[in-house]
Amino acid sequence: MKILRPLAMPLAAIAAAFILGAVVVLMIGDDPIETYALLIGSALSWPDGIGYTLFYATPLIFTGLAVALALHAGLLNIGAEGQLYMGAFAAAWVGITFAGWPGWALIPAAMIASMFAGGLWGAIPGYLKARFGAHEVINTIMLNFIAVALTNYFVQYHYREPGDAIMQTREIGEGAHITRLGEFIPGLPTRIPLSIAFFLALLACAAVWVFLRKTRWGYEIRATGANPAAAEYGGIRTGRQIILAMTLSGALAGMVGIGEVLGYRYRFYDGFSPGYGFTAIAVALLGRRHPVGVLLAALLFGALIRGGLFVDIFTEKVSKDLVLVLQAIIILFVACGSAFRFPFGKRARGKI
Amino acid sequence: MEDLFSLAMLYSTIRLSTPLLLAALGGMFSERSGVINIALEGLMLAGAFTAATVTHFSGSPWIGLLAAIAAGLAVASIHAIATIHFHADHVVTGTAINILFLGVPALLSGAFFDSTGATPQIPQQNLLPLAPVILAFLFVPLAWWILSRSRFGLRLRAVGENPEAADTAGISVRRLRWAGVLISGALAGIAGAYLSLGQSSLFTRNMTAGRGFIALAALIFGKWRPVQTMLACLLFGFAEAVAIQMQGVAPLPVQFIQMIPYVLTIVVLAGFIGLARAPKALGIPYEKEAG
Repeated sequence: MKILRPLAMPLAAIAAAFILGAVVVLMIGDDPIETYALLIGSALSWPDGIGYTLFYATPLIFTGLAVALALHAGLLNIGAEGQLYMGAFAAAWVGITFAGWPGWALIPAAMIASMFAGGLWGAIPGYLKARFGAHEVINTIMLNFIAVALTNYFVQYHYREPGDAIMQTREIGEGAHITRLGEFIPGLPTRIPLSIAFFLALLACAAVWVFLRKTRWGYEIRATGANPAAAEYGGIRTGRQIILAMTLSGALAGMVGIGEVLGYRYRFYDGFSPGYGFTAIAVALLGRRHPVGVLLAALLFGALIRGGLFVDIFTEKVSKDLVLVLQAIIILFVACGSAFRFPFGKRARGKI
Repeated sequence: MEDLFSLAMLYSTIRLSTPLLLAALGGMFSERSGVINIALEGLMLAGAFTAATVTHFSGSPWIGLLAAIAAGLAVASIHAIATIHFHADHVVTGTAINILFLGVPALLSGAFFDSTGATPQIPQQNLLPLAPVILAFLFVPLAWWILSRSRFGLRLRAVGENPEAADTAGISVRRLRWAGVLISGALAGIAGAYLSLGQSSLFTRNMTAGRGFIALAALIFGKWRPVQTMLACLLFGFAEAVAIQMQGVAPLPVQFIQMIPYVLTIVVLAGFIGLARAPKALGIPYEKEAG
C-alpha cells in the first residue's frame, strides 16, 4: 500500500478530469463512454496507436523532465516551449549547414546543437534571476515569444527553399536522419515517426534521476529549491545553482528537436509544437517532479494527443480540444491538492 | 517613414492598444491585491468567445458585452478559488486557465456552430467598434483615482503589500483579493469582447494570439501604475500597428518589431530602466493565523 500513496493524488486528479470531461461531452451532445472508448482504444491499438502514443510522449518526456528539474530548484520554467523551438531550429541548422557530413559526425553534432541552443535559452532567465532577481516566470514567457519570432524570421528570410509556400526550412542532410524504431521492431511500420529519440528520452529520465539524487550538483540544486536561505547559509552558491538548473532544463527541452527534426520531418517546420512546452507543466506536476512520474504522465498525455485525433474525426461533435480541457482540469486539481502546496509555497520571492 | 506618424497610424495605435489596456488595467487590480494573474490570455479568450456567441444568438452586442463580462467574472472565480482558498500556485493556476480556454471555445463552437473553433460572422450593425475604446481610456483616470485616492484602493494595496498588517487592522484579505481578481476578470472580459466585436467580427481560434501576455508585459513595463501602464499599452499598440503597416516593405523584418514588447519587458525586469517593484506579497498565499 505504501508504494501506492504517492499515486493517490495524481490518480484522483485524473479521475476528476475524466468525470468533468464526461459532463462536458454530455452537454455537447455526444456519448461520453463511446468518446472515451474511442480515445483510449485508438491510443492503444497495435501498431499505429502505440507507435504514435510513444511518438507523442517523446517530446513530453523531454519537456516534462525540463520543468521537473527546474521545479527541484524552486523555479517554474514555463519557457520550455521557446527552448524547444530554439533546440529544434539549431538541430535543423546543423543538419542543413553541414549536410555533407557522414552520419556518425552529423547526428551527434545536431543533437549537441539542440541541447546547446535550448540550454542557452534557459540560461538567460536563469542568469537574470540570479543576477538581478528578475522573476523567471515572466522572462520565460517573454523568451517564448522571442524564440517563435526569431525562428520564424530565420525560416522566412534565410533557410526556406526558394519558392516554398510553406514556412519550413530546407531538408537536412541524409546523414542526419536518425533510425526509426520500425526498422528493427517487427510489425511496426517505418512510416510511424517513432525513432530512437524515444530511447534517448528514457535515458534522460534515468540521467535526471541520477543527477538529482547521486551528484553533488543535484543535491545543491535540491537544497536551493527546498530553502534558498538555508542553502546559502550552508555554503551553497544559490545563484550558480539557479543558472545551472535553468540551463539543464533548457537543454532537456531543446532535445525535443532530436525526435521532431532528425527523426520525423527532417526539417524545421514553423509552429510545429502543439504546445508541448505547456503540456509539460501538467506532465511535471502530475508526475510529482519525479522522473518515473514524468515518464508515466508523458505516456498518458501522449495517448491523449493520439486518441484526441480520432475523437476529432469519429465523433459527431466532440473535437480534439477535449484533450486540452482534460489537461487543464488535471493541472487545476493537482495545483489545488494540499500535497502540492509545499514545493511551490516556498518558491524564492522575486519580482514578477 | 512619414506614414508612421499619420492620423491613420494614430487611430490604428489606439485601436490596437485598447484590448491591451483593458486587460492590463484589470490585471493591475489583481496584482496590486497580491494575486498574480497570468490568466489574462484565457480570460480574454472566454470573453471574446462569449461575446461573439451571445451576440450571434441574441442579436444585441450589448447583451454580448454583458455576457462577456459575466464570463470573465466566472472564469476569474476559478482563479480566485484556487489561489485564495486552496493556496494553489498562482502561475500554475493561471496556466491551467489559459489551456482550458484554448480548449473550451473550440469544443463549444463545434457543438453550437459545427465549426472547428470559429463563430459565424456577425453583421456590421451588431459590432461595437467604439464603446470599449472609450471605456478603456476613461478607465485610466478612474483606476488611478480608485487605487490612490479611494478607501477601497488603499485597502487593496495594503493587502498586496502587507497582508498581515492589513489583517490586523481588520481588513479582510480574502475579500479584497477576491475583488481584485474579479475586477481583472470583468475588464479582461470586455477586452475579449472588443477583440471579437470591435477589431474583428467573429471569434476565431486562439484569436488573442498572446495579447494577454503583452498586457501583462505592459503592466510590468508600467510598473503596476495606471498612467504608465496606459503609455506602455500605447507603445506596444504602436509597435503592432507598425508591424502591420510595414508588412513586406519594412527596412527591418516584422519579426523584430514584434519582439519589441517582450525584449523591453525583460530589460525593465532586470532593472535597467528604473526599478520595477512588484507588490511585496504578490504570489504569496495568506493564511489567517489560528486563534
